[in-house]
Amino acid sequence: MLIKNDTDLVLTKEQAVKLLRTMLLIRYCEEQVVKSYARGDIPGGVHMYIGEEAVATGVCAHLRDDDAVFSTHRGHGHAIAKGMKPEKIIAEVMGKATGCSGGRGGSMHLFDPSVGFYGTSGIVGPSILLASGAGYAAQLAKNDRVGVAFFGDGGSNNGAFHEGLNMAGAWQLPVIFVCENNMYATEVPFSYASKSPSIAGRAQGYGFPGVEVDGNNVLAVYQAAGEAVSRARSGNGPTLIECHTYRTRAHSEGMRDTGYRTQAEVEAWKARDPIKWYKATLMADGTATQEEIDALEAAIQKTAEEAANFARQSPMPDPTTVTNYLFS
Amino acid sequence: MRELTFTDAAREGLAEEMARDDMIFVVGEGIGARGGNFNTTVGLYDLYGEKRLRDTPISERGFTGLCTGAAVLGARPVIDFMFLDFELDALGEIINQMSRLRWMSNGQVKVPIVLRGGVGLASTGPHHSANLFSIFMHLPGLHVVTPVFPADAKGLLKTSIRTDDPVIFLEHKKLMKLKGPVPDGEHLVPFGQASVVRQGKDLTIVGISFTVIEALNAANLLEKEGISAEVIDPRTLAPLDLATILESVSKTHRLLVVDEDFSPCGAGAEIAAQVMEQGFYELDAPVRRLNGAFVPGPYSPPLEAAVIPSAQSIAKAAQALMVE
Repeated sequence: MLIKNDTDLVLTKEQAVKLLRTMLLIRYCEEQVVKSYARGDIPGGVHMYIGEEAVATGVCAHLRDDDAVFSTHRGHGHAIAKGMKPEKIIAEVMGKATGCSGGRGGSMHLFDPSVGFYGTSGIVGPSILLASGAGYAAQLAKNDRVGVAFFGDGGSNNGAFHEGLNMAGAWQLPVIFVCENNMYATEVPFSYASKSPSIAGRAQGYGFPGVEVDGNNVLAVYQAAGEAVSRARSGNGPTLIECHTYRTRAHSEGMRDTGYRTQAEVEAWKARDPIKWYKATLMADGTATQEEIDALEAAIQKTAEEAANFARQSPMPDPTTVTNYLFS
Repeated sequence: MRELTFTDAAREGLAEEMARDDMIFVVGEGIGARGGNFNTTVGLYDLYGEKRLRDTPISERGFTGLCTGAAVLGARPVIDFMFLDFELDALGEIINQMSRLRWMSNGQVKVPIVLRGGVGLASTGPHHSANLFSIFMHLPGLHVVTPVFPADAKGLLKTSIRTDDPVIFLEHKKLMKLKGPVPDGEHLVPFGQASVVRQGKDLTIVGISFTVIEALNAANLLEKEGISAEVIDPRTLAPLDLATILESVSKTHRLLVVDEDFSPCGAGAEIAAQVMEQGFYELDAPVRRLNGAFVPGPYSPPLEAAVIPSAQSIAKAAQALMVE
């Protein structure tokens, strides 16, 4: 079975369902995190990826384990899409010894080099530079690995954006810059922070392609990312992809979510939920049946619950280990 | 033994390491065909080309972050900032990312990277004279290296490049043309081993970077006064070889720390505190510090002379300490 949208994209059923599986895994794991936060199982802050699943999914579907992803403070989705095990993520968010970083960092310090995931981050901007460096290392080692930077519209107004994209363009680095434009840098609207009509359009100034896609359409993201990854792997330099998307929850859990956006706007974006749209598309296209999707969804819901249970039951870290790994 | 300048010795060390490991690359402004503002890379571009000697845009923060990412992915970058002052635009990347990635990933990633920068006052004015040693000593995850003699410039740079952690490598501009013996062949100097550069019995003077040279000059002046000064070059401020300093203090019972950098929260303050914590009963007098004045580095020679420790001012401070 094949699926087509308004582009010339063609996917096998396996590829098409895999995209749904990844988005569902992100959504259900995030819902577990939301519940865990509400229950008081999470000692620090968490920024949910709910509503933006199509971006991480569409991009990471093209990546190998040895490609390097550098992510943001809203990065659980990138970690899952890159192949990290949910239990290692949720355990880290809960500050447990079994977390991917042993409870040292929490939500904004998820690392798993075994799947090429080099970190969520508490600082906006550096992902752009670090991913460019991954591209530089690939050039130096003469391999075809690529670096991928996720960042938001907020990151695009940080100096790292200019310096990183400028160097990546000048040196034709194999990097994909993925801007998740969810319209608000924390709570400051992009339209207030910049008179730039388009973030993607800025790529022209650095001498490489910039494309703008509907970030709630996983197929559009998938197609744009596929072209960007091919370009990078074949030595033709970087691409900037601006994905228009929206976070439907507050900037971070527990934060007041009023005064900067309207409930009508939130509801309008919820109606454009990327998972709901994609499920409908798969069924309309005949790629998957309701029963198949329900079965997949039930299995993934269980996986997410098990991951959260594992995390909850895991031990706290041993305080005597806190000075480990400062130096080699 | 053959003699080389500080800069030539360091460059020899860099060249040897680059020949040994293809993943070492240097970035900076003018470090390619031009060979570096301070001649740090002369001749290397012809050997290794632009991927390994990468001239950069003036994007200190940008290329510091980029090199951090490259280091995480297996490269071994050497960043040549020319002046430490220029490194300050990159402090966020150094502190938040470079120095913490190993720790915050629970040891899953490593960041082998060397940050070179010229330090110190040399008629260079307020934007080209920073020392700022203690800013870097203050941070977990960084090594801070301050070579003085050419052999150490080479041996410590080679060790810095081979270390799997970030290294802040600080070269005083007044040392760059200093000549001295450098061993032939492989020469590595380990971190955390201070060097007693002059034996003495009446007081210990710890210098930092260029003030080691001035401390040695001061020791010659003091000798004429009948005062025997022992002079120590810590060589690396992090890790700090306190044992060698304590051993000296247990012999001389007096300690003067001389640092061109500012006094408050400085390297001398740290050394003094540690000596008082661990060697208090060996001291016959309070630990004294002699620092550069607490002002930005001035340009005009008489202004500069007024703010930096000299052989004369060190000798005077030592004489005062002897009668405490």
